[in-house]
Amino acid sequence: MKQWNWRLISTHAILIVGVIFMSLPVWVAFATSTHSAEHILRNGLQFWPGSELLKTYNEVLFVDGGVMKSVLGTTMLKNSLILGFGFAIGKVIVSMLAAYAIVYFRFKLAVPLFWIIFMTLLLPLEVRIIPSYEVMASLGLLDTHFGLIVPLIASATGTFFFRQFFRSVPDELLEAARLDGATAWGFFIDILVPLSKTMIAAILIIMFVVGWNQYLWPLIMTTKEENYTLVIGIKQIYQILAEGGELPQYQKAFALTILATLPPVLVVLVFQNWFVKGLVESEK
Amino acid sequence: MSKVQLTNVKKTYPNGAVAVRGVDMEIQSGEFIVFVGPSGCGKSTLLRMVAGLESITDGQIMIDDQLMNDISPADRDVAMVFQNYALYPHMTVRGNMSYGLKNRGMPKEEINQRVSDAAKMLRIGDFLDRQPNELSGGQRQRVAMGRAIVREPKVFLFDEPLSNLDAKLRVQMRIEIKRLQRRMNVTSIYVTHDQTEAMTLADRLAVINDGKIEQMGTPIDLYNDPATLFVASFIGSPQVNLLPATFDGQHLISGDVKLTGFTDLPVSTDLVLGIRPDELHLDDGGQFPMRVDIVEQHGSDNLIYGGILGAMNEGEEETEFCFKAGQDMLPDLESTLMLGFNAERAMVFSKDSGERLR
Amino acid sequence: MKRVQFERSSIPFLFVAPQIIIILVFFIWPAAQAIYQSFLLEDAWGLSSQFVWFRNYKDTIFSESWLQAAGFTIVFSTLVTFLSLALALLLAVKANEVIRGASTYKTTLMWAYAIAPPVAGLMGNLMFHPLIGDLYKFLNAIGWDFNHKLDSFDAGFVVVLISVWKQVSVNFIFFLSGLQGIPKSVLEASMMDCKSSFRRFWTITFPLLAPTTFFLMVINITYAFFETFGIIDTTTRGAPGGATNTLVYKVFQDGFRGADLGGSSAQSVVLMLMVLALTIVQFRFIERKVHY
Repeated sequence: MKQWNWRLISTHAILIVGVIFMSLPVWVAFATSTHSAEHILRNGLQFWPGSELLKTYNEVLFVDGGVMKSVLGTTMLKNSLILGFGFAIGKVIVSMLAAYAIVYFRFKLAVPLFWIIFMTLLLPLEVRIIPSYEVMASLGLLDTHFGLIVPLIASATGTFFFRQFFRSVPDELLEAARLDGATAWGFFIDILVPLSKTMIAAILIIMFVVGWNQYLWPLIMTTKEENYTLVIGIKQIYQILAEGGELPQYQKAFALTILATLPPVLVVLVFQNWFVKGLVESEK
Repeated sequence: MSKVQLTNVKKTYPNGAVAVRGVDMEIQSGEFIVFVGPSGCGKSTLLRMVAGLESITDGQIMIDDQLMNDISPADRDVAMVFQNYALYPHMTVRGNMSYGLKNRGMPKEEINQRVSDAAKMLRIGDFLDRQPNELSGGQRQRVAMGRAIVREPKVFLFDEPLSNLDAKLRVQMRIEIKRLQRRMNVTSIYVTHDQTEAMTLADRLAVINDGKIEQMGTPIDLYNDPATLFVASFIGSPQVNLLPATFDGQHLISGDVKLTGFTDLPVSTDLVLGIRPDELHLDDGGQFPMRVDIVEQHGSDNLIYGGILGAMNEGEEETEFCFKAGQDMLPDLESTLMLGFNAERAMVFSKDSGERLR
Repeated sequence: MKRVQFERSSIPFLFVAPQIIIILVFFIWPAAQAIYQSFLLEDAWGLSSQFVWFRNYKDTIFSESWLQAAGFTIVFSTLVTFLSLALALLLAVKANEVIRGASTYKTTLMWAYAIAPPVAGLMGNLMFHPLIGDLYKFLNAIGWDFNHKLDSFDAGFVVVLISVWKQVSVNFIFFLSGLQGIPKSVLEASMMDCKSSFRRFWTITFPLLAPTTFFLMVINITYAFFETFGIIDTTTRGAPGGATNTLVYKVFQDGFRGADLGGSSAQSVVLMLMVLALTIVQFRFIERKVHY
């Protein structure tokens, strides 16, 4: 007789329940988005895909006057991509340069400058929403890509991450490079940047997700619908659904949710190892 | 072909720690100098000051009669082999070796020529397009040497380059470094804490202790004629036997042991007698009764360890001696051997100052 | 610090300049502005303002609505932190035990990290939708008179559930990597000393995870305070009657909807002090960790 391993079975059972808990909402959102509005209103949420997939997503992405009445899904997708990539790339460049200066140079202002960077941790956007809006308005930066992206990239997280990593680079590499006649810029470009490849990739992935998922900042920084990101577009759906109307377009709400979720999830899944490494390393 | 000259070189760290307390030294062109000493004695700091990686608090460092104090490491024309090799992990072997030359604006053909010459000399020609993490420890060591060689510098600096290798490879590389240095005839400074490495490699070696040079000279001079207790105990393997003693005008006395054959020593100060393990011999009339504790068989010879009966050290234990004997000599444990020595070859030090008295 | 650094020159200033300039303009300036405004009282038309010392603080902090929000924030943060940590720890321990399917479990449990809080909020909102939401129907079917639009407990239940759901994956990633960081030999040694796997977990594994747990507690409290903004804004919006207002959400509502600049700024400054306290706690701990 084969002995049942109850311990192993319970372990798998717990994990499977966990996976269902974490995944089912998204699956239901996807399945429901492929049914017609009438069907959803009559039968509630759906667990299996229906026949309206192409129609719904086509309307959400390409037909003007969809849920938003004035902005296309593709426009919001484009805005989200600009925000995600712009934020990630800008953040890597700015924080690498700053971390390099702080770790590898002896200069008088290093300590005060470090504390200024550190202070950003004490000032999350949420505690300075209204004055930030006023500053951006007075600088005329509302509804611009610059105003949307640049203020986000200065927080300390990336700088601390690279500072930590640079400190773990053996001192002897700089010493060898100096004997080899490398300049400050040469060492950065020839040695440090190639050496940080994995770290850069990890940070790019994490920051793309963080940038894509920004909500409060784009909310106050964009007033025109053509500048909405997908995540902001979500808010409009909320309003439309709350107001009701004769036949709420539930399937489109779900479709937009899926669209806003898909790119960051794909990035995380495809680059899982880098992503996990970067996330865990950054908190050391 | 370059001369290196250190004049009253001192190093004090900003936190007040003193690493080098004033070193004078003249290194001749083509000479192989080894700095040896216990860890923390300042030998690496001194080397790094020559390299320009460590600032100089006081004194002068000259290479070829040119003052180096404020010259950047890149402009000193020195090359260094690091303990952990410090290879650029993302560059190929070729990239590692040519990086320093590229930075100096050398034409491509000449770089290639130098790299391939050095690779041939070091037998790493087959690995030129590999990355450091694909190489074994010994191969990485060779690449690190190659990176120094292609530079054709005025001075080679080695910072414990063999300490990350296993024992067998270490001996091989030791011989290879010596051969290369002979062939290239480049002035070299080599730092190690391993006295065997120091003895075998050096033309002259400098024993460094607590930021000062204890003694400098050829390996055999330092072995035969150490100036201080520190040098005597640091140089030589197995270590020199040391026996605390006093002098009463005729005899050197250590507990119940009375030794003759010594004159002209200060009376009633604490002394230390030093006898090398190979200066001891079996002698029925000998003055040291040794109770055998352990016999180590090294193959060609045996090292016999045991306490000298009646000769107590400060801890009120019998002073432990080591006696180097041939491979046939296998005494029973706990048996007693009578050992004699040649008083002419024995060394006597002042216990307090460590100074050699005869 | 590095043993060897580059000598003094203007290069480091060029390198830190971009970040410092952005911080000064977009962080320090607005923050200073918030502090300044917190001491001002504007008239109804925003035309003139008057320096009123701590009156804004007194008026807001002792107002019923602020105290209600503070109370909810504390309960909400505690529940979210505890539940999401407990759930993530259970899943991480189990995922660390299995061999077969380990990577599948890992992937499917962590990917929700990539979902934005407001997106999670909207999804939850639809699940609890009175007309189509299966969860809404289910809870009412099992005898719970559930209505999160009217009942403040039910509304709190919805925001806690969604916030926990969104946070489990981050905690799971950190716990799993913490578990994998425990040396195998320590666990093997404990197997010889202790027979009960339950006891082994609480006496060996859990204490070794303490640094991770503490770190995650700080992260989770920060999350519950700030990042849940998007969830609340897409589900209850503080309703009913301000019962699900967190302190952050209230700053936003008073500032943008209520146009009460002084009061909203005073609340911002109070929040800054809270972040400062959290940061100090975190750094105290990190310092201690260094000494181990």
